[in-house]
Amino acid sequence: MEIPMDNPAVFSSPHLHKSVSVSQIMRQVLYALVPGIMLSAWFFGIGVLVQCLLAILFALATECLMLYLRGKPLKLYLLDGSAVVTAVLFAITISPYTSFWVNLLGISFSIIIVKHFFGGLGYNIFNPAMAGYVFVLLCFPAEISAWPHVQGSGEASAGLVDTLSIIFSGHLSVSNFDSLSGATALDFMQSQISGMVMVGEARTSPLFGTLAGKGSEWIAVAWLAGGLWLLYKEIIKWQMPCTFLSSLFLSSLLFYGYDADIYLSPVFTLFAGGSMLAAFFIVTDPVTASTTPRGRVVYACGIGILTYLIRTWGSYPDGVAFAVLLLNAAVPLIDSCTRPRIFGEKI
Amino acid sequence: MTRELHDFPGGLLIPTHKELSNSKTSLITPLPERIILPLQQHIGIPAEPLVQTGDRVLKGQIIARANGYVSVPVHASTSGRISDIGDYTVPDSLGLKAPCIVIDPDGYDEWFDIHPTENYDSLDPKLLQRVIREAGIVGMGGAGFPAHVKLQEGTVSEVDTLIINGVECEPFISCDDRLIREKPGYIVAGTRMIRHAVQARHCVIALEEDMPEAFVALEQLVDDDIELIKLPVKYPQGGERQLIKSLTGKEVPSGGLPIHIGIVMHNVGTAAAAYRAVTRGEPLISRYVTVSGEISDPRNLQVLLGTPVKHCAIQCGYNDSSGESIILGGPMMGMYAGNMNMPVIKTTNCVLVTSSFNFNPEVPCIRCGQCADVCPAELLPQQLYWHARAKHHARLREYHLFDCIECGCCSYVCPSNIPLVQYYRKAKRQISQDEQTHASADHARQRFINRGERLRQEKSEQHSHKGKIATDQPQQTDKQAFIKDAVARTKAKRDRIRNQDGDGNSDG
Repeated sequence: MEIPMDNPAVFSSPHLHKSVSVSQIMRQVLYALVPGIMLSAWFFGIGVLVQCLLAILFALATECLMLYLRGKPLKLYLLDGSAVVTAVLFAITISPYTSFWVNLLGISFSIIIVKHFFGGLGYNIFNPAMAGYVFVLLCFPAEISAWPHVQGSGEASAGLVDTLSIIFSGHLSVSNFDSLSGATALDFMQSQISGMVMVGEARTSPLFGTLAGKGSEWIAVAWLAGGLWLLYKEIIKWQMPCTFLSSLFLSSLLFYGYDADIYLSPVFTLFAGGSMLAAFFIVTDPVTASTTPRGRVVYACGIGILTYLIRTWGSYPDGVAFAVLLLNAAVPLIDSCTRPRIFGEKI
Repeated sequence: MTRELHDFPGGLLIPTHKELSNSKTSLITPLPERIILPLQQHIGIPAEPLVQTGDRVLKGQIIARANGYVSVPVHASTSGRISDIGDYTVPDSLGLKAPCIVIDPDGYDEWFDIHPTENYDSLDPKLLQRVIREAGIVGMGGAGFPAHVKLQEGTVSEVDTLIINGVECEPFISCDDRLIREKPGYIVAGTRMIRHAVQARHCVIALEEDMPEAFVALEQLVDDDIELIKLPVKYPQGGERQLIKSLTGKEVPSGGLPIHIGIVMHNVGTAAAAYRAVTRGEPLISRYVTVSGEISDPRNLQVLLGTPVKHCAIQCGYNDSSGESIILGGPMMGMYAGNMNMPVIKTTNCVLVTSSFNFNPEVPCIRCGQCADVCPAELLPQQLYWHARAKHHARLREYHLFDCIECGCCSYVCPSNIPLVQYYRKAKRQISQDEQTHASADHARQRFINRGERLRQEKSEQHSHKGKIATDQPQQTDKQAFIKDAVARTKAKRDRIRNQDGDGNSDG
């Protein structure tokens, strides 16, 4: 007795459907990213937008190639917008001065290996944008960590021509590259702390603003705003961002309370690096997150704690990407340990 | 007396579209050219025909008798001649054919000799149950479970609360609403009868907040003996388990029945049918059906069972050249009617005319988890989906596939457009089939073992008989002990297998 499955959506109940599709969800996520990207471009130069455009281009090209090789319908999957979201998230994590080929390698790794080798949209175990970022961070640490000086820090920054020339011909093509780039706030803070400088003293550097790094703190506020909009639109749920931010905050508070001279303040922790971006756009990626209600809390909490640990004692300035990937790997375990009680089930 | 109300998990707030059909008085549908009565209009065993082609039958006459305990008889819905007994397309999600009795109405609509049951309240509940069973009454809310089986629970175990379910949570359907407004007396009297039949301590009639007229109509008739409750509009509020949770805060155990927590639930349609059966002796031969959707005159109809769906739709202005399709039941749980000549049966509550099917392609699951948020059974629909695709039956059981009530909330919200319910239905069917195959294989194996045992026993008996003179007493006791042992071993084995089977079946 074979049930006709040729067009089950037509013949099987329910015959009503809420009109929200995957591509609409992806589009909303992109809209929510716009303010943060715009502020990034303001503070770190036009390079941010160039990286985004390049990544989107490369992502769509590799997505096309992989869909073709896997014999999947091109139009349906290209239009779902998932590759564009991955590309944008990847592009805003790397330095605006990154060479185009590093961008290409990173995003290709994301799309080809992390996404399609695991089965494409919905089947990837690891967050593609974070995996791509970690890939280039491990392979080309210098390329992606030389950030432009923040607008308003008093240091020179590259114009459009210089930026394009750095991206397409390499760092050496611009004679004064060294004077155009510097460490990020989090980078600087880590090197100061390891150099036995007290946090309060390091904070007086012009690199820092009110909350955290100058400029980047406002970008973090923009990510927060975008995230709140996604919450309002019910694209994401509050549990994950809140758990992530509070576990990060509390970990930080614990050590800050113990010794404020060598540990960063909780507020600084929340507004520096990729915390806010991760809270609303990375941790909430449904594909790679835990799927049970309790599991989501465990997952987000784990990322928060690991982020803090890696930031504080790891050799990389920011630990969000590593933390996310580690917890991605733990999702099947978390899911099976946190299966909810069903209606009418005895405990 | 105020009852503390609760909320069930998950669910959806969807447009109800009741206004299309609930304000107009119901019409009595004219006799169709042909009446097709399936032998199975209920869950359980099909009825067995009592008539032959060419026989003349009268309205209300039993034409097929109940065939087993979980079975009810079928009655002729009008007088006429039996023109065929054969396979016709019936309302079934697979569009299958099943045995039906076809009546060509003679137009006289002549009643069979029927008798009311006097003074039901002094009757033995068991007799009342029999009256209801003989009237062919089944659950009219959709599932079609024979009513007497649920009534009988009352005499076996104690019933704390009888719930009469008037919550029509599916969009478009207003047949219960109309029935209550037009025949509130039937409902209230029928409720009291059912209450007597199950000997329930408390009795509740539950409605939704969007049925104020029905509420008022009932309010004027009920006394302190019946609580009338309004519940918030939320799909699937009318689901058995969900309604019990809303009204009592109790959860029906997974794999269990409402009676296990002292509750019996019947639909308002069932109560009205019980009233007719008791006070007039009328069997269940007609029902209220909502005809709604993309149609010029959406309304409710009083339809004789066996009337072709198309005949009903045409009464409301349906024009079969315009290309709309028909859904039997509501848009959330109803089935696509590939064949418009299939009949209205005891469980048909709605004929929905629609052209707005969801043709969007299915894309991969992005694990967003919205399905889990809306699932009223608190399952993990996406895990079930993965395991259903992988045909991983053990895992499906572990994730409680059989607790799925197929309400369709998960598919409704799925951004990837995955027909989740269809996957679950298919998996459930597959598992049940596999189980049957296993059961028959086990049965055959057991029979083989038993036969071997029997032969050996016979042989040894012959042997002992032959050697009775030659052998001594002790030797024989040895042999008897051996046989006794063997029988005990087999028995233990059989019990073990039966227990395993029992475990397996209890979920289904």
